[in-house]
Amino acid sequence: MDKALIPEGVKRCPLPVFGLWMLFLSAVIAWGIYAGYTVLFKGLNVTGLNNYFGFGLYITVDLGIIALGAGAFFSGFMYYGLSRFFPRLKELHKIINLAVIVGFCCYTGALLVLLLEIGQPLRGWFGYWHANVHSMLTEVIFCISCYAIVLVIEFVPIILENRKLDAIKPLHIFGHNLHEIMAVFAMTGTFLSFFHQGSLGGVPGVMFGRPFAYRTGFFIWPWTFFLFTLSAMACGPAFTAIICRIIEKVSRKTLVDRSVYELIAKITGSLLLIYLIFKSLDTLYWALDTAPGFGLKLSDFYRAPYGMWLLFAELGVCGVLPIILLLTPQTRNSNGLLFLGFFLNCAGIVINRFAMTVEALAIPVMPFDQWAVYIPTWAEWAPCIAMLAYGAVIVSLSYRYLPIFPREKELNP
Amino acid sequence: MSGSAHSEHAESKVRYGMVIDLDKCTGCGACSVACQQENNVSFRPDESDKLRTLSWMTLYRLENGADYPDYRAAMLPRPCMHCDSPHHSPCTFVCPVNATIRDEHTGIVDHVAVRCIGCRYCMVACPYHARSFNWWDPTWPKSMEAMLTPEVSPRMRGVVEKCTFCHHRLNLARDRARLNGEDPDTVLYTPACVEACPARAITFGNLKDPNSEVAKLAKDSRAFRILEKLHTEPKVYYLSSAQWIRRQSDNGL
Repeated sequence: MDKALIPEGVKRCPLPVFGLWMLFLSAVIAWGIYAGYTVLFKGLNVTGLNNYFGFGLYITVDLGIIALGAGAFFSGFMYYGLSRFFPRLKELHKIINLAVIVGFCCYTGALLVLLLEIGQPLRGWFGYWHANVHSMLTEVIFCISCYAIVLVIEFVPIILENRKLDAIKPLHIFGHNLHEIMAVFAMTGTFLSFFHQGSLGGVPGVMFGRPFAYRTGFFIWPWTFFLFTLSAMACGPAFTAIICRIIEKVSRKTLVDRSVYELIAKITGSLLLIYLIFKSLDTLYWALDTAPGFGLKLSDFYRAPYGMWLLFAELGVCGVLPIILLLTPQTRNSNGLLFLGFFLNCAGIVINRFAMTVEALAIPVMPFDQWAVYIPTWAEWAPCIAMLAYGAVIVSLSYRYLPIFPREKELNP
Repeated sequence: MSGSAHSEHAESKVRYGMVIDLDKCTGCGACSVACQQENNVSFRPDESDKLRTLSWMTLYRLENGADYPDYRAAMLPRPCMHCDSPHHSPCTFVCPVNATIRDEHTGIVDHVAVRCIGCRYCMVACPYHARSFNWWDPTWPKSMEAMLTPEVSPRMRGVVEKCTFCHHRLNLARDRARLNGEDPDTVLYTPACVEACPARAITFGNLKDPNSEVAKLAKDSRAFRILEKLHTEPKVYYLSSAQWIRRQSDNGL
């Protein structure tokens, strides 16, 4: 039965090995579900959150993986939208299925973690019913759920390409027709995700009572709105490339042409460069104008354990360094350096999301208040790690049973 | 809830505000206890984790940082500032479900507990830490249950709560005014903290009435507000003749 589901002409590991892998991932997920149950049953008091750190690991991970999952929207935009004008982008066809699957995992996973994050999960729908149109979080709620639906729609035709499902004629026709109109969904997803990434950036940026997070901006949007979108575009495809490479390493196969990695390196490196220029300008303006206007110095915002090293790590080690690695032909030729570049790119964006949420809250705004430190508990780590395991399950099942890499057969004769 | 929370300030007759005289405040904590009792603020058997305490009126200890004999200390009671910044308060601006809204007819920033989804965005946005989250189910010792205020609903686990300037007392005063044939929109009332303060350090009233004591005190040369530079426009004013206290109010600006 298992062999009949595996795409024709490709090799997969023996079922017992795959079963053991699934068992391991299931155990991790079970741990996360137990933690989730504990949070829902006992309340958020089992987390490390408190009245000062209303946002913590859940939000950081949500923001991080949503950015990393941006490969789906941005790759879709480049492939379905821009490749008409830039034919070289058609290369992305070789990795677009994986990008959609990774995006699906990230967005649905984020929704699962968000369920735990709010104190009254049964009232999650109030975001639609009592929507405050001024709140960035309202925009987040709308866009994340709508885009998750779009990603489901984008994932369905890939599932229907399974050998057995494709043999069923009505499903084949349905899947084929979905493929035909996929550009519409890709563009819808681009629109939704653009605003979603941006509104996630707006969440800290509009808090005018919080000098670390607050940013001036363009009309109703703070600069962080655009910086978050730009940074997600810069790291999303890099994360897809990393996942692809991990699958290649584990399966010991070549799944995409190296030219695809080269192309992604050039695109993400260039975008990271543009992002870093704007981010640096934004940081300078904030440090030299916004913060002093509130009576605070740059050094007031960085204290142990959230020291200045975070800023250097984010903008230097995980900003300048990956730009050099990704945009220099010599370093790009080395697989190790290329993927180090992709990794640092992704790590920098995650640090940025951490700084804009957790670090932003450590800083006492009232001069007579205390500097606080936040330490997540197992009840926060477990669901977040389980969400990664959930993503691994989806990617593993998809790789095993769906033809997600169109060049696999040719590259592995 | 009257008025639109999203408009600029409406042409209302009242803007309730508070003035706290730090030169008079002894830091006895009566305001905090009265607030807790009046508003059914629950507590834990072990309150040592202050970052998870439910507190609508927190007392901060201010120090001048000098050594003896120049050392000085003062206590600063901090209710919700009921920020009056145009367009929005920091918390009302961010709440995705309109659970916290400013009544533009009174200036009171309210919190609708039964609508709150517990996302805590309002807590994050508030620079004064005026909001607390219900980390546990609210409980009281059996002997204290009979002392709960019937006009104030206890809040359930998973929602945020904060000082409402004893909004229920306003509603009672408005009801009384209607029964007496008076204008309910101009009533005056006294929040629990004001009533409890033995030093009479807290004054409450209509900031829009130039003849009111609170409006006069708010214009006093000793008056200041916390973090004026953030432009949250608090409706809670403090009075102090000590320069070191005033300097601390706005990060030395």
